[in-house]
Amino acid sequence: MTMTVHVDIVSAKEKIFSGLAEMVFAPAVMGEVGISPRHAPLLTTLKPGEVRVQIDPKTEESYFISGGMLEIQPHTVTVLADTALRAKDLDEAAALKAKEQAEALLANKQSDIDYAKAQAELIEAMAQIQAIEKLRKRIK
Amino acid sequence: MASGKEIRGKISSVKNTQKITRAMEMVAASKMRKAQVQMEESRPYAEKIQKVIGHLANAHPEYQHLYMQSREVKRIGLVVVSSDRGLCGGLNTNLFKFSLNQMKQWDKDELDVSLCTIGSKGSAFFKRVGAKIISQPESLSDTPNIEALIGSVKVMLDAFTNGEIDQLVLVYNKFVNTMTQQPTLEQLLPLKAEENEDLSHHWDYIYEPDAEDVLDSLLARYIESRVYQGVVENIACEQSARMVAMKSASDNAGDLIDELQLAYNKARQAAITQELSEIVAGAAAV
Repeated sequence: MTMTVHVDIVSAKEKIFSGLAEMVFAPAVMGEVGISPRHAPLLTTLKPGEVRVQIDPKTEESYFISGGMLEIQPHTVTVLADTALRAKDLDEAAALKAKEQAEALLANKQSDIDYAKAQAELIEAMAQIQAIEKLRKRIK
Repeated sequence: MASGKEIRGKISSVKNTQKITRAMEMVAASKMRKAQVQMEESRPYAEKIQKVIGHLANAHPEYQHLYMQSREVKRIGLVVVSSDRGLCGGLNTNLFKFSLNQMKQWDKDELDVSLCTIGSKGSAFFKRVGAKIISQPESLSDTPNIEALIGSVKVMLDAFTNGEIDQLVLVYNKFVNTMTQQPTLEQLLPLKAEENEDLSHHWDYIYEPDAEDVLDSLLARYIESRVYQGVVENIACEQSARMVAMKSASDNAGDLIDELQLAYNKARQAAITQELSEIVAGAAAV
């Protein structure tokens, strides 16, 4: 019997593949790696590319991933696929945007952000009107 | 007593409100199912990455990543996940109360708190109470992408790296079932290692290209996935809370309509009786 290794390919959105395979090929940053069962523990990042899973000598399945992480334990291989292109400067830009968003929020005094406050005031006013109406009725 | 016409107007306005609440209830019910599926789908990734982190904690790395070192806590980063829209019962209010209590506790211990608010209800609330918001993603839809969170999470991670915060905490509503949502607090950073006896023999990974780079991207993804999981769960909570709130609103509207109908009938009958007695009295006079 040939040796197999358990392979899991997952992304944040879904489970892509889970099962046994004889060999897995993945596009690591340092070049493509081929993983056989009982590979030494390895942790690496993946480039966008194709992950090929050889289930037996005749069947091979391939999945395209846009980067991610690869973890290898002697009997399991885990591919954590990204759902988006990642790059340092892209992440940086996204972080900057989030910061700006927060600053805009704090700077913006008259917008729908104050809606909650207005709503609270409205409820208070309505309660007052109701109380006044009740008083009027009693006087009548 | 109010006249018949007045009551009729009120009845029709309550009926209109009931139509709206009933429609919202149904929309929320179908969205809740979708949100639950979304929650299930993102679970395998969270579990796998958790497992990898577990392995990592039990390995004996030559390089200790900053995220794994705990230091004296003086400043705290808090990620609050709330909904974008209201009309979902006490869901957000409970969460904010829970976070405020926690923040008061931290305040007592003289800890400084910086916030990352996800969801516009949270931004509005914490802005009003004057909290320090340092990061906020653009508004998320009902089907958020993990990409939308990358930026705002990175701000918090950078703050941790630069020593602006010493601990990162996540607050969100945990989905227990349709009726129950539990405000929950989880520590994201520093990572708490769970010791596992079977694995703790002496070994380490081979890192390609090097430990620092690999761990950087792995841990960033891990934190993002935890936050994403929180967001997805919060959406499921929001929809189910809205469904329940709208259901009780529709029921209340129904009760109100019944009462008004009764009052209307009484008023109508009184008017008829009065008219009759007037006619009879008129006839007798002639």
